[in-house]
Amino acid sequence: MAEIRDIEVKDNAARSAEAAQALAVPPPRTDELPDIQGERMVINMGPSHPATHGVLRIVLELDGEIITRAMPEVGYLHRGDEKIAENMTYTQFIPYTDRLDYLAPLANNVAYALAVEKLLGIQDKITPRCQYIRVVCCELARISSHLLGVGCFAMDVGALTVFLLTFTEREKIYNLCESLTGARFTTSYTRIGGVSRDTPPGWCAAVRKFLEEVVVNIAEVETLLTRNRIWTDRTQGLGVIPKDVAVDYGLSGPNLRASGVDYDLRRAQPYLVYDRLKFDVPVGSVGDCYDRYLVRMEEMRQSVRIIHQCLDQIPGGFDNPSREPVNISDGKIVLPPKQKVLTSMEELIHHFLNVTQGVNVPPGEVYFGHENPKGELGFYINSKGGGTPHRLKIRSPSFVNLSILSWLLPGHMMSDTVAILGSFDFVMGECDR
Amino acid sequence: MNSLELAKQLHAKFGDLLSGPSEFRGEITLGMADAGRIVEVCAFAKKDLGFDYLVDITSIDNYGDDPRWTIVYHVYGLDHRCYLRLKTDVSEEKSELPTVTGVWRGADWHEREIYDMMGIRFQGHPDLRRILMWEGYPYFPLRKDFPLSGKPTALPEVAFTETAPLEGGPFVTKAGAKDAMTREPRVRTPEG
Repeated sequence: MAEIRDIEVKDNAARSAEAAQALAVPPPRTDELPDIQGERMVINMGPSHPATHGVLRIVLELDGEIITRAMPEVGYLHRGDEKIAENMTYTQFIPYTDRLDYLAPLANNVAYALAVEKLLGIQDKITPRCQYIRVVCCELARISSHLLGVGCFAMDVGALTVFLLTFTEREKIYNLCESLTGARFTTSYTRIGGVSRDTPPGWCAAVRKFLEEVVVNIAEVETLLTRNRIWTDRTQGLGVIPKDVAVDYGLSGPNLRASGVDYDLRRAQPYLVYDRLKFDVPVGSVGDCYDRYLVRMEEMRQSVRIIHQCLDQIPGGFDNPSREPVNISDGKIVLPPKQKVLTSMEELIHHFLNVTQGVNVPPGEVYFGHENPKGELGFYINSKGGGTPHRLKIRSPSFVNLSILSWLLPGHMMSDTVAILGSFDFVMGECDR
Repeated sequence: MNSLELAKQLHAKFGDLLSGPSEFRGEITLGMADAGRIVEVCAFAKKDLGFDYLVDITSIDNYGDDPRWTIVYHVYGLDHRCYLRLKTDVSEEKSELPTVTGVWRGADWHEREIYDMMGIRFQGHPDLRRILMWEGYPYFPLRKDFPLSGKPTALPEVAFTETAPLEGGPFVTKAGAKDAMTREPRVRTPEG
C-alpha cells in the first residue's frame, strides 16, 4: 500500500534563507567554467516561440542544460510610436496607446490622458465621476492583465486548465469593455479632460456582478496552483531577484514588489482618487517566480476591493440619474456637445480648432508615471507649445523589466527559461513601442 | 524632505556645474553645464541623496539649435519618494557623453535605445549596440531630420525598409487628392 505523505510547505523565512544561500554561490560565468567537455551550444529562443509571449528573441549559450549567457533581443514589434506622436495632436495619439500594453488598453489610455492633463495643469479639474470611472477602468485592466499573466504562466509550465479558467473570466471583461467603449480590445476610451462617454445604463451593475464571479474564479485558480506540488517545484526558488538588484535594474510593478520592495505608485504618488480608497499592496519575500505569481493573485483581489469601493462612492450613482458631469466644461480642451456645435457659434469654433489644431498645450515638460498592470508606465512629454508634442517618450515597464534577463538567466536550466519568462508577464507591444 | 530641498543640496555640492532648480507643474529640474561630469553627479545623487531608482533616460533633438542634443535623466528615491529631473546638453559634433551604467545597471538599455534612435554614443558603455532597429540599419529614426515616412534601406538577408505612402501629410487625406483605394496599395478594391 502506498504511503500517504503531506506536501511539505516551507514558510517564507525558510524559502528566503534557501534562496539567499543559492544566490551566494554565483552562477557559472563564461570565463570561469572548469574544463568543459565539448563545446558550448548557442541556441535561439524566439522570436516566434509560444513562451516568449510575442516576439521576444533570446540568444542562449548553453553548457549542457545550463545557461551560461543570455542575450535578449527586442525590437521585432517596433512601430516608432514616439516618432508618430511628434506628428499628430495629443488627442490623435490616444488610439496608439491602446497598442502599447494591448492586454490592458484602458490603463494605458488613462495613463496617457493623465500625463497630458498634468502638462495642461488641469488634473485637479477632472470631474469626480470621471476620476472614479477611470479608476474602475484601470483596475478592470489590471484584473484582465493579471488573469492573462497567471493563465499563460501556468500554461507555459504545463497547467492548461488555469488558462481556460482565466480566459473565461477575461471574456467577461471584454464584454464590459465593449458596452462601455464600443470596442472589446482597442478601447481608446479616455479623452484629454474626460472620457469619451459616460457609463451606459446597467454597466455599473454588470461590473458588480462580474466582481462577484471573478473572486470565485480567482479562488479556484488558487486551489489549482498555490499548493500544487508540481507548480511549487517548478516555481519556488527559481529566478530569484534580490531586492537591491531589482531596484538597480529599475524593475517595477509586481516584479519589483515580489522582490520585497514596497513601491506602488498608487500609494507612493497618489493620483485620481486612490488616496480615498483602502487597499493593500502585496509584497513578496523571496523574489522568485512563485512570489511573482502570489503577488499577482493578491493584486487581483485588491483590485476587486478597489472597484467595489468605487462603485459605492461614485458620484451620481450607477446610472447617473442626477447627470453628474463626466468631462470638464472647457471647450478649448474637450469637444463640446454635438447639439451645441450645430446651434452655437462659439462651440462651433471650439470644435473646429480642437479637431484641426488640437488642444493648445503650454510650453514645458512633465513626466507622469502610472501604476500599470505590468509596472510603471511613464510618459515624458516635452512641449514647445501648440497642438503637438516636441518629444514624447514612453517609459514602458516591459522594456525595463526585460533588461534584467541577461543577469537573471545564466545559471538556470534551459527549461526554466519558460517559467521565468512566464513569471515576468511582459508584453512586446509595449516593450518595442 | 522634498524634491526642491534635495535639488538644492545637489546644487550646493556641485555649485556652478548645475543650474536651477526650476519648477514646473510640481516637478523639479536641474540643468547641467558639462555632460562629461554626469557620472560624478549621478553617483552623488544616488549615494548621498538616496536617488536609488533610475526611472528613465531619454534624449531630445533640438534640431536647428546648438547644442543639438539634450539628455534627460529621471531619478527617484524609494525612501524619500521624490522625483528629480537632470538635463544636460551635448553638441552635435561631439554626440558623446559618459555612461551611467556604473551607477544604475538599469541604464544599460535606456542608453542603447538613445544610441539607436538618435545616434548619441555613451563612452564606456559595456555593449553599445542597436536595440530596437537591427544591427546594420544606417539611420537614426528619431532625429528630427529623419522623415516620418522613413527612408528606403536594404541589408541583404536581414531586413529592408521602404517609404510609407503618406501622400503629403501624416495620415491625412488631402482635398481633391487620390482616394484611399488608389493611394494605399494595401487596400483592396471592391472587385478584390
